[in-house]
Amino acid sequence: MEMNKEVICIVCPRGCHIDVKLVDGKVANISGNVCQRGKTYAEAEVTNPKRVLTTTVSIIDNGNQKRLPVRTKEPIPKNLLMKAMKELKNVTVKPPVKMGDVVYKNIAGSGVDVIASKSWE
Amino acid sequence: MENRDLVIIGGGPAGLAAAIEAKKNGVEDILLIERDSHLGGVLQQCIHNGFGLHIFKEELTGPEYAERFINELKSMNIEVMLETMVIELTSQKKITAVSKKYGLIEIQARAVILAMGCRERTRGAINIPGTRPAGIFTAGTAQRYVNIEGFMPGKEIVILGSGDIGLIMARRLTLEGAHVKCVVEIMPYSNGLTRNIVQCLNDFDIPLLLSHTVINIHGKKRIEGVTIAKVDESLRPIPGTERYISCDTLLLSVGLIPENELSKMAGIKIDSVTGGPIVNQRMETTVEGIFACGNVCHVHDLVDFVTQEAQLAGKGAAQYLKSEKPSSQRMVKVDVGEGLRYVLPQIISPELMVSDKQNFFMRSIAPMSKARLMITSNNGVIKTQTLRFVKPSEMINIVLKKEELLEPNIEFLRFTLREEGDGYGDE
Repeated sequence: MEMNKEVICIVCPRGCHIDVKLVDGKVANISGNVCQRGKTYAEAEVTNPKRVLTTTVSIIDNGNQKRLPVRTKEPIPKNLLMKAMKELKNVTVKPPVKMGDVVYKNIAGSGVDVIASKSWE
Repeated sequence: MENRDLVIIGGGPAGLAAAIEAKKNGVEDILLIERDSHLGGVLQQCIHNGFGLHIFKEELTGPEYAERFINELKSMNIEVMLETMVIELTSQKKITAVSKKYGLIEIQARAVILAMGCRERTRGAINIPGTRPAGIFTAGTAQRYVNIEGFMPGKEIVILGSGDIGLIMARRLTLEGAHVKCVVEIMPYSNGLTRNIVQCLNDFDIPLLLSHTVINIHGKKRIEGVTIAKVDESLRPIPGTERYISCDTLLLSVGLIPENELSKMAGIKIDSVTGGPIVNQRMETTVEGIFACGNVCHVHDLVDFVTQEAQLAGKGAAQYLKSEKPSSQRMVKVDVGEGLRYVLPQIISPELMVSDKQNFFMRSIAPMSKARLMITSNNGVIKTQTLRFVKPSEMINIVLKKEELLEPNIEFLRFTLREEGDGYGDE
């Protein structure tokens, strides 16, 4: 089965519109990119796009529930973003926390940990 | 009355970097005044990543970027007053501030750095007709509710304006379970960074309606919907293109205004284009000894440039405090030529530059795929540079060397930006 996907490259400000032709789910042709970096980006975007997820979790501060900013330590597959949000919904952290501390392990089965973006005393 | 060598107003990224740099350059007596309960300014609510690519060569979140500077500031024992609001500044550098903890404070400073940042334009600034229900927020206010206070502003959302905060909030609210119906942009191009269009809108199939605007707001107690319409080349709604979209929340991401009430009080001259003080090569305003940096000067798209500018102001204030002589050297005026909206700094005294390089920040008036930037003086061409993919939303940063500015009879510097044919020939 043949399929065409368009990817807007974000490697540099030029923002090439790159066409990726897929045959049976495999990359058959890439066009519209100006440089090699665009080709690498487009291939990853079509086969396994990944994103760093940034969000907040609950933190208990003087009895008050507030929000602690967190992020995935590495990018995770894009299709796991909503699942990851669901898992983090019920996470509550108790201070003290240091920036970079792991607050949740192996988010959405991705193998990637979620870390605090901020220290909280 | 307290006496201080240097007072910095504002503890966001600009104030933090300016304080650290001033201390590194020998200023011992520094006081930083911040009106909020925390340092870091707006970075604390910007929990997304992408900060620090230029300065740290990594993608940090806002709180992470802030914490690096807050830790450095703390390690230097720089005095900070939180929850303290400066309410008056005179041209003689007398400061009046109020706070719950310290009461009414009067300080005589020898030098001041303004780092108050900017605020968002609201509905009143763009005159949207219709009723006045609840549920209309600026994107930054919604960001604070969601990321710091933990409240959702609504469930069915329309965003007006494609500035970066609006795009970031489109993604943020979607992740939190809201339905973002569309982002409406009056211009034929987006005002946000390309990476944000891709990762905040395209990733979640949120439509971006270019050349569209909101022409009516419906609902009595709470907003119930908006009418949008296509606009023509002069940005006027085209009759017959109206469309009703139901929603319970409208977010506005329609621009930022430098926060200069104190600057005006002190008699500082404001540039009518940037909305911030006119500054010289060391970020000194038209009032001697008062410096300004960051979004209070002009609205930035990247915090990295705010930091660089603040470091220059910190160095400049240290230089001023050492000599405290007026900059009596010749002043070279910076002239904004065709293709550009503004250039900063607006005045240069080449002999008084704090380092052997000078950064110039500018914005184009329109997107250009290839453009030639030319810097000329009364003596002829100083420098030309080819730029690619210029956009009004992405600030241009050009560095000139001191020796390029030291010509004996230089009177002005003129910056012009002209579009050129694209070498790729496919556009």
